[in-house]
Amino acid sequence: MPTLLALDASSSACSAALLCRRDGHDDQLLARFVQAPREHTRRLMPMIDELLDEAGLTLADMDALAYGHGPGSFTGLRIAAGVAQGLAFGLEIPLIGVSTLEALALAGHRRLHLRHVMPVIDARMGELYTAAYRCHAGELTRLADEALVSPERLTLPAGHEEADWVGVGSGWEQWEALPVTVQAGVSQHLPDMQPAAEDMVLLAAQALASGGGEAPHLAQPVYLRDQVAWQKSR
Amino acid sequence: MRVLGIETSCDETGVALFDTERGLVADALYSQIAMHADYGGVVPELASRDHTRKLLPLIEDVLNDAGMTRAELDGIAYTAGPGLVGALMVGASTAHGLARALNIPVLGVHHMEGHLLAPMLEDEPPAFPFVALLVSGGHTQLVEVRGLGDYELLGESVDDAAGEAFDKAAKMLGLEYPGGPNVARLAEQGDPTRFRFPRPMTDRPGLDFSFSGLKTHMLTAVRSLREAGQLDDQARADVARAFEEAVVDTLVIKCRRALDATGLKRLVVAGGVSANTRLRERLAVETGKRGAKAFYPRGRFCTDNGAMIAYVGAQRLVAGERDDSAMRAVPRWPLDQLAPAGSASA
Ligand SMILES: Nc1ncnc2c1ncn2[C@@H]1O[C@H](COP(=O)(O)OP(=O)(O)OP(=O)(O)O)[C@@H](O)[C@H]1O
Repeated sequence: MPTLLALDASSSACSAALLCRRDGHDDQLLARFVQAPREHTRRLMPMIDELLDEAGLTLADMDALAYGHGPGSFTGLRIAAGVAQGLAFGLEIPLIGVSTLEALALAGHRRLHLRHVMPVIDARMGELYTAAYRCHAGELTRLADEALVSPERLTLPAGHEEADWVGVGSGWEQWEALPVTVQAGVSQHLPDMQPAAEDMVLLAAQALASGGGEAPHLAQPVYLRDQVAWQKSR
Repeated sequence: MRVLGIETSCDETGVALFDTERGLVADALYSQIAMHADYGGVVPELASRDHTRKLLPLIEDVLNDAGMTRAELDGIAYTAGPGLVGALMVGASTAHGLARALNIPVLGVHHMEGHLLAPMLEDEPPAFPFVALLVSGGHTQLVEVRGLGDYELLGESVDDAAGEAFDKAAKMLGLEYPGGPNVARLAEQGDPTRFRFPRPMTDRPGLDFSFSGLKTHMLTAVRSLREAGQLDDQARADVARAFEEAVVDTLVIKCRRALDATGLKRLVVAGGVSANTRLRERLAVETGKRGAKAFYPRGRFCTDNGAMIAYVGAQRLVAGERDDSAMRAVPRWPLDQLAPAGSASA
């Protein structure tokens, strides 16, 4: 019967969600989502307070916390990580890092009942973060590993090219630059969709139920891009 | 009041616990210097990533050393600026999360105010008012400190900071980052009379500094020695010595002027370059001559650390200052915008 709070600051949006699951009751899922470019540091805390107020709960009621661990904006990931780690460490409860790509896939599945979802997030510098999932009854199976690729090297998941793929996420704005095989294999693309804490809190509840959740310091951001020191010694 | 201090403004992760009744209780530091050395300087993104990895374990270490639980904390202070914005954000967000979980106040403080007041952590702290020379990798400033939060900038570098000049000089001499200590070590073997470098901006009144011309001078000297095939170990040591003499002399001249101008008898020297032995020797002579006294933080509190942040935070938290729900990361933040504890600061 977990009660969980999730936060996300991985994109230009800022979101938080609270899931309260009690035996004999319907799930209570409360969420906030705002576009807040560069405002995550101001928006996040009040959002959490609002959710707690609305649910009539306090932080002490939480069984675990979750945050969007990436990929996404490096600074945004670290803001959410910092807040979530600080909270979880202070509350002495486990922390669950949730993939932003997986959250996007679940968003497509929950809202549009999609079965085969390819989340793609703009990684800047002419690259994309990508993965692919099969979704069934709220359960996700990853069919392609999370990766950082250039648009022209994006591929449909090997062995699953024939499925009816739908693309979600900001990366699909690069449509024109994608290989024709991808364009041909994707029936629809929805570049406006963004990772949201609402989907993360559900994924976190699944993870927690199957034994997930770590000591807060272990739940580190997943950047995917590790080549960040271009400015080699002059 | 037991205050946890968090410092993540650049390339050191610092955490400490200061108790207003007992003083400094515990402190821990993780330096990223070795990691950045491969790049010849701090890579901001790598610095931020490392802070995120190291911060919670360090907090845990400090609490363990202090024999305290997290629930016994009364407040949290973090460096809100100036510094690398992404790095600052790590400390700010973690501090806010932890404070919210523990239901205690949190406050973002000024990094350079931390350096200014670091000598307050020593057994014989300087009394207010005093003159402070802040000499680090990013700053060279002379400040009149009348009380906590009451600062007047007397002068500062118009270009490179003194530590930065040391680091660049090190590069020219083929020494590793961070260069200051390496240049100082090499200079010990140098002959102070072989070369003489200019003392920038000492020939006119004023308390500002300039170190970029010195860098050019150094480059010319190294180049002509190399072209003449004379850049042997001794020559490099001699150049290092001339460079160090010039920087130290300049700093000493300006400190003397600042003491004269203010009529004060106490000089606080803080920041990474204050570890420099030649500088300390010269300032000891100079202050001795005029019945003044120089104060330094202990070695490990000369450079970035959590203790100075915990100290400053505690003074201000006790006076009732606290952040609202917004985490603060202010990359550029002039010291003289600060206000005394308890009054609304800029
Ligand atoms: N013995 C020494 N002699 C000269 N310079 C030194 C010595 N030891 C350290 N330094 C210099 O001190 C600087 C590091 O100091 P510190 O860590 O206080 O500064 P920073 O964090 O780079 O800058 P800031 O605190 O202004 O943001 C480096 O430039 C280093 O070369």
